[in-house]
Amino acid sequence: MNPAIQAVLTVAIGVGGCVLYFWLSNLFLDKVLYPPRGPNAGRNINRANMIRPWLFLLPAMIALGLYLAYPVFATFWLSLHKDVGATKQFVGLDNYRQMMTEGKFWESMRNNMLWLIVVPAMATAFGLLAAQLTDRLKWGNFAKSMIFMPMAISFVGASVIWKLIYDSRPAGQEQIGILNAVYVWMTGNDPQQWLQIPFWNNLFLMVVLVWIQAGFAMVILSAALRGIPEETIEAAILDGAGPFQIFFKIKVPQIMPTIVVVWTTITITVLKVFDIVLAMTNGQWETQVLANYMYDKFFRAFDVGVGSAAAMIIMLLVTPILVWNVHNARKEMR
Amino acid sequence: MENIAGQKSGLSWAVQISTILLVLLWVLPTFGLFVSSFRTTDQISTSGWWRALSTQERQLPPIRVEGTETQKDGLFVIDGTLFPKGGTTVSAWGTSSKEPTAYEAGATAELNDGVTLSVKEDGTFTLTSPTSTADMRLPRIFTTASAPPEFTLNNYSNVIFSPLAGQSIGQAFLNTATVAIPATIIPILIAAFAAYALAWMEFPGRALLVAAVVALLVVPLQLALSPLLQFHNWIGIGKGYLGIWLAHTGFGLPLAIYLLRNYMVGLPRDIIENARVDGATEFQIFTKIILPLSFPALASFAIFQFLWTWNDLLVALVFLGTGNDQQVLTANLVNLMGSRGGDWEILATSAFVSILVPLIVFFSLQRFLVRGLLAGSVK
Repeated sequence: MNPAIQAVLTVAIGVGGCVLYFWLSNLFLDKVLYPPRGPNAGRNINRANMIRPWLFLLPAMIALGLYLAYPVFATFWLSLHKDVGATKQFVGLDNYRQMMTEGKFWESMRNNMLWLIVVPAMATAFGLLAAQLTDRLKWGNFAKSMIFMPMAISFVGASVIWKLIYDSRPAGQEQIGILNAVYVWMTGNDPQQWLQIPFWNNLFLMVVLVWIQAGFAMVILSAALRGIPEETIEAAILDGAGPFQIFFKIKVPQIMPTIVVVWTTITITVLKVFDIVLAMTNGQWETQVLANYMYDKFFRAFDVGVGSAAAMIIMLLVTPILVWNVHNARKEMR
Repeated sequence: MENIAGQKSGLSWAVQISTILLVLLWVLPTFGLFVSSFRTTDQISTSGWWRALSTQERQLPPIRVEGTETQKDGLFVIDGTLFPKGGTTVSAWGTSSKEPTAYEAGATAELNDGVTLSVKEDGTFTLTSPTSTADMRLPRIFTTASAPPEFTLNNYSNVIFSPLAGQSIGQAFLNTATVAIPATIIPILIAAFAAYALAWMEFPGRALLVAAVVALLVVPLQLALSPLLQFHNWIGIGKGYLGIWLAHTGFGLPLAIYLLRNYMVGLPRDIIENARVDGATEFQIFTKIILPLSFPALASFAIFQFLWTWNDLLVALVFLGTGNDQQVLTANLVNLMGSRGGDWEILATSAFVSILVPLIVFFSLQRFLVRGLLAGSVK
């Protein structure tokens, strides 16, 4: 079947099926199972109202359970097993031990830590700077949408964009990558293969993610800046505070909670970073990260055990943020 | 606030200039790729995109002399032009790669065996030889020439219609749309019902479920890949569109439920309670009141999910096959980066085709995107 027709059919079946399920199940509940009539009308209404929420939630719960909750446990189980022939054999922590002996794993850990520190910090800082700068400009909205734009670009597309910037031609030829063009023009040195200089190449990859994420930080922080009560700023001005003092001592402390939210959100994105590394270096020249390491294990080395162990490490790193988010959500609910 | 103490005019200039710099820094990378996608292969490989508008003096790839020879004054002569299209001005030329600028335009060079070659400024050349050139290996001409800026749409027609990495970008474009559109639409309704239950229905365990949704928001989908692929193989759908639609639906649901619940909680209580008093069923309240009122939240989620599924690489690599009828734009682009890494006219154009739709969605629906981000800045 032509995929396009299949797509239209799936949309029709998916949406139609959902509508039909919700409509029919409600109808069944109200007309057949517990009709709000007859001798037990009151009891029936109460019972129907107890069941209804679960009818509404059922499809979502099945999908969430199957596609997100179950895999967490399945991956954990897989990480404790190894393929022996066609069967799985329990091997305890062997997969983890094997992973710990691999240099590539520790390289990924080191790089992930670097990413975790640099990218959220830089993206938040640039976002805050952009939010503050554009706040009172006449063309601020235009500037914002330009800085926000990379959000729409795929990681792979962004990788192509930045690879052109880092492009390097042999010395003596005219450089077509702007970074080398500027570098050669300013220093007179030979052009560099930016993505092949160990350690520093990590930073060149991180720039791509900072470029993408800064717009997100800007949008959120800009709204937070607008929410600051004017009186606090006016009072500071009357007391003789300069613009920098106002920014760092009055505004930043007041939007601190938002900064934390932005920071953690970007942190989660960073932990999952995969496309950029795959597209630009594929983990060569000491740029490996956990997500790409895991992908290598799963789908190139077909080592499901170690791949699952690597996935569990990513899960482990996300867990503190998960707990913190749940904690905050519960606080808000109360 | 504009003209009171603390806002110096000098500082406002600094603000203007810094903002301009920042915006340039953020726009130029994309702009460079955009410009490159309209340049010819020669121009891209010999000069940076920032010089696309200037007439450039550059070394051109060597061109071997060819043409039909005529006999004149006892000599064999080949006349011709290096640049049939015209518009190119030669400033220096040579016949070896070691000395590509040995002669000035208009000069005549004595080559071996009495052969002479002259190249004029407009690219016309004359080669004379005492013997017939039929068996001779004719010299190559290296030229340093200034060519006018040249822009072309050929890159786009090449990339869209002709197979490069085994498959044309046009096909990949359709595949991506096939993935993204159902994967955007299907989760919305499922999430909307669930969000309504979590926002406006009282039942035991509600708080726990909300907490679970928040927790699932940050679960890395990396964990889901292998178990789900096994699951898909087990139920017999294997790799294919059905699998990826289901996967994207599952992965998109936490954000959808979270966003929609946050929005629905903020709807005025009076409307819903009045409707309940008037005897509307929950199903009617949902379809007639909540759904229309939640349109902004539905739109912001739809935009997120569309951008996410259109731009996704990992889920597509795992859940789709590798055939031409299933490879998506991002996967195609990664392949091209590997196999045609130096062909910037192809890469730039393909990348631009792939980011075009998200950019259009972004610029036309930015309002909803911002609103959605502010409502649920978690994913």
